[in-house]
Amino acid sequence: MKKSEVPQDKSNLESANFRELCYAVDENGEYTTAHTTGWDPKTIALDNAIEDINQRVADAKKRVKNNITSPIEYYMELHKMDLPILASYVGIWQWRVKRHFKPKVFHKLSNKTLQKYAEVFEITIDQLKNLDHAN
Amino acid sequence: MQINFTHHQSAHCENGVVSNLMKHHGFNVSEPMVFGIGSGLLFCYIPFLKVNHAPAITYRAMPGFIFKRFAKRVGIKIEREKFKDPKKAKARLDENLINNNPVGLQVGVYNLTYFPDEYRFHFNAHNLVVYGKEKDTYLISDPVMETVTTLTAKELEKVRFAKGALPPKGHIYYPTNFPKELNLEKAILKGIKHTCRDMLAPMPIIGVKGIRFTAKQIRKWPKKLGTKKANHYLGQIVRMQEEIGTGGGGFRYIFAAFLQESSKILNNPKLTELAKEMTKIGDLWRDFAVDASRIYKNRGAKTDGYNEVATQLEAIADKEEVFFKALKKAI
Repeated sequence: MKKSEVPQDKSNLESANFRELCYAVDENGEYTTAHTTGWDPKTIALDNAIEDINQRVADAKKRVKNNITSPIEYYMELHKMDLPILASYVGIWQWRVKRHFKPKVFHKLSNKTLQKYAEVFEITIDQLKNLDHAN
Repeated sequence: MQINFTHHQSAHCENGVVSNLMKHHGFNVSEPMVFGIGSGLLFCYIPFLKVNHAPAITYRAMPGFIFKRFAKRVGIKIEREKFKDPKKAKARLDENLINNNPVGLQVGVYNLTYFPDEYRFHFNAHNLVVYGKEKDTYLISDPVMETVTTLTAKELEKVRFAKGALPPKGHIYYPTNFPKELNLEKAILKGIKHTCRDMLAPMPIIGVKGIRFTAKQIRKWPKKLGTKKANHYLGQIVRMQEEIGTGGGGFRYIFAAFLQESSKILNNPKLTELAKEMTKIGDLWRDFAVDASRIYKNRGAKTDGYNEVATQLEAIADKEEVFFKALKKAI
């Protein structure tokens, strides 16, 4: 890539006033560094990934409303986590966390266990129990 | 309290931290030099390991390996420590700052408040330097940022004790012992040999063979997974290749810069030629990203598109195979 060809496309970086460094060749064929504000191919990839997450969150919310899953799954998706990540944050085995996704099991959870989840998600137990209280 | 530390922006965090710490101690070592000597270049595709709901793919060596190999090859000693207790981790950090010693830390990205929201994923192998403390705020030099920044003690504890895959566990590291003069020549040769070995490894998921394997998988994706998932997987490849830290083209440009610099140090003009070749291969990776993005931009893509980018990857694999064989002979 030539230095003059370093892409300066609009991206999510711009809003944060942030430029990335990349390596390119100058007029004399010598390697140098140049700033880039973004590049469309990867901005699209990132946007798609974000959209995918948003869809997962919306989907989980719907399933909580229909009483198919517990709010724990919703908050897990909201925090871009998956099962292994959530399990390691709360310090509970994966199969137990998965069980806590069942609304029936969730309603019987002790405050102590709920508190563990609430702390990880940085919310109150009340917000965890009731999605309407969440923002 | 603030240590007189100069922040230089770099493309990749780990090279950047090492390069910045070396510069602080009076050794002018560039980012590509660290990357090359530490044999950072790699390709590895792990279909059964999922990251963000897509197969894991990497263009670089395991986190921490670059520094480890670099230190060993140029003959510096590193002190490193991990903690169970966040209080002890903080105490050790403060101790070092009082002793005027800037340190490197491994952190998780998800809670790095100065990162744009879109970039905050659960990725635990980010690196930064702490070079001072004012009251309850730590002064941070994050090599991928243009300027220095800060984190409160609470925020720093959170990122140092992030959970998930590869948890940092408060990992702190800094160079302690330096040789009188860095012997770069030998280190460069070792670094290059190691990279050639990795890229030509007779393993199905690593190096050139790994690229071919990925191409084969891509051909299967649209039928096997449906367009939506296939697009998501393809997007992940491009993101790993181009997202913050690779310097473009999945580290190929940084590697080319390393070869160019090495050519002068070793007085070996062949390496300059090979650097040019590597730049061209980097351009091919960029072309691949552009064409792949066309597929996942128009959701209703044809299966043809997947075959086309797969063919592109196979062409890249062929070029890289020739390249690394030539590189092995050139040194």
